[in-house]
Amino acid sequence: MAVASTPRNPTAGPLTRARRWAAGFRERDTWWAYGFLLPWLFGFVVFTAGPMVASAVLSFTDYSVISTTHNVGLANYRSIASDPYVLKSLKNTLFMTAMWVPADMAFSLLLASMLARIDRLGGFFRTVFYLPVLTPTVGVGILYLLLFNGSYGLIDRALAIIHVSGPFWQTDPTWIKPSLVIMLLWQVGTNVVLYLAAIKNVPQQLYEAAAIDGASAWRRFKDVTLPMISPTLFFTFIILTISGIQLFDQVYTAFYNPSSQGTSTDASLLAVIYLFQQAFVYFHMGFASALAWMLFGLIMVVTVVQIVVSRRFVYYEGAAK
Amino acid sequence: MTAASQSTRTEGVPPDVPPVEPVVPDPEGPGRSPASLARQAIFVVVLLAFSALFVYPFLWLVSASLKPRAYVFDNRLIPSHWHLGNYVDMWHAAPFLRWFGNSFYIDGLAALLVTFASALTAFTFAYFRFPLRNFLFGCVLATMMLPGAVTMIPVYLIWHHLGLANSQYPLWASNLFGSAFYIFLQRQFFMGIPREYFEAARMDGDNYFTMFWRIAIPLAKPALIVTALFEFKAKWTDLMAPLIYLHTDSQFTIPRGLYALLGQWAPSAGGHGDYQLLMAALVLSTLPMIILFFLGQRYFISGIAVEGRKG
Repeated sequence: MAVASTPRNPTAGPLTRARRWAAGFRERDTWWAYGFLLPWLFGFVVFTAGPMVASAVLSFTDYSVISTTHNVGLANYRSIASDPYVLKSLKNTLFMTAMWVPADMAFSLLLASMLARIDRLGGFFRTVFYLPVLTPTVGVGILYLLLFNGSYGLIDRALAIIHVSGPFWQTDPTWIKPSLVIMLLWQVGTNVVLYLAAIKNVPQQLYEAAAIDGASAWRRFKDVTLPMISPTLFFTFIILTISGIQLFDQVYTAFYNPSSQGTSTDASLLAVIYLFQQAFVYFHMGFASALAWMLFGLIMVVTVVQIVVSRRFVYYEGAAK
Repeated sequence: MTAASQSTRTEGVPPDVPPVEPVVPDPEGPGRSPASLARQAIFVVVLLAFSALFVYPFLWLVSASLKPRAYVFDNRLIPSHWHLGNYVDMWHAAPFLRWFGNSFYIDGLAALLVTFASALTAFTFAYFRFPLRNFLFGCVLATMMLPGAVTMIPVYLIWHHLGLANSQYPLWASNLFGSAFYIFLQRQFFMGIPREYFEAARMDGDNYFTMFWRIAIPLAKPALIVTALFEFKAKWTDLMAPLIYLHTDSQFTIPRGLYALLGQWAPSAGGHGDYQLLMAALVLSTLPMIILFFLGQRYFISGIAVEGRKG
């Protein structure tokens, strides 16, 4: 690709290069290419780039669909800083993400590394672990309500067998998020499949060499498997974190349906839930746009930090990326 | 690049979309010594225990859907009182037939549109060389990283101004223009098709569109199926967009309908707690996905593997 975009004559001056570049627009193929790109270009401008600009502009207004709009300057961003619910929802979101992402990664890694070691039944297990992913997220929210119900839920019945009385999962603010995370772990299937594929890609010779050196199974896992699949781990780390910050469906179903209003505590208020309520329940579109940009900024910062911190832990075969 | 992509290249399969590996006995399999067999047995037992955890909620769900209302929460796996009638009653209790119809129609249309629109864009990025190509492809990649929350409000306002904010159009219409992740995925695939195929077609007098339609599309079928399956699944489970755009019973999709019923039927909202019907509906709404998964299992699995490789 790099070769194709380099001018044929590297000694040509900038003017010549620019002219040659512009000449590209006159070629028939270019017209075909842009013709083919038209639908995507239209969608990109109308549904992505345009809305991004619009959302930035809206965040400086008090737009509410119904009443007249005023320019409010930085007022929305100032209320973000002073709104206790924003802080609460951010704390909840980060807390849940910080719990869920490592738990999800560790659990799927455990399942995948066992799966990689067995000769038979691999396909069966992989299917079993993947099936919950196919359940609609609303269903996961409903299942959570029923399985973790304090009085007759399955989890508490199971705990009763070993004479432990479970906490009130859905009303006790300390237990809401952990129990939600446990429920989310039911859907680790995608990661199991990913990790399994990555582990199976590790060259066999590395294990043989390690075995000759007398490395224990744990050492082989720690010093061969982990570094070799670190790009996949890193990738899922970033993707899971981004989706953790945007968690919505399951929690909204469980705690923000008409029947639970009033009973739910702030402990389940997540950032996107608050954003959704502000935008589409109260129609504070300007404020919600500011919230959206804050969230975007948060995701960017977290991702960049992850990339910088992980750089020394991720091993790329061949050249460094 | 990894060993896998080297081996795929020699087989003439486009790189980066791995041939779906059937579940072969793992080459890493540590010989056949009694010790390793014993270790494998332990793994199988542990995995079976975990499988039980994964499957149990499903079994509980199916079992609860077969019980009369009073027995839904007795937590017996085999109902003491059977009530198969739940699966009949649910159709009368709420417009499920309508909702299933809506879901199939919207999700199917969305999957079909996004597949072909993304394919056209992906083919263009893979085959043509044109000014600004790298910049525009950078835009595709950037879109992939953009959280939906940022564009959600302005996109709603667009539909609002078109007078379509209370309709089903917003749920599928933007799929007409392709979607970044699928464009990325399919481009990988198109780049693996040898250029000579296209040159040969050009000799035969094909124009670029017939080349796309007659050569690229048939060869990229696996990638297209992956796209359609993924999009169908994403739409089938999506709650946020239906919450924003659908406000009347008759427009609802399955997740939106289930969400509404959960609020409506709960005792705290004045309902009778008809959870047995909700369970039956939940079972039926998961079923199409499970059937699709078994029909297209190899595509699902290879699609996930590609997803992992974009990092």
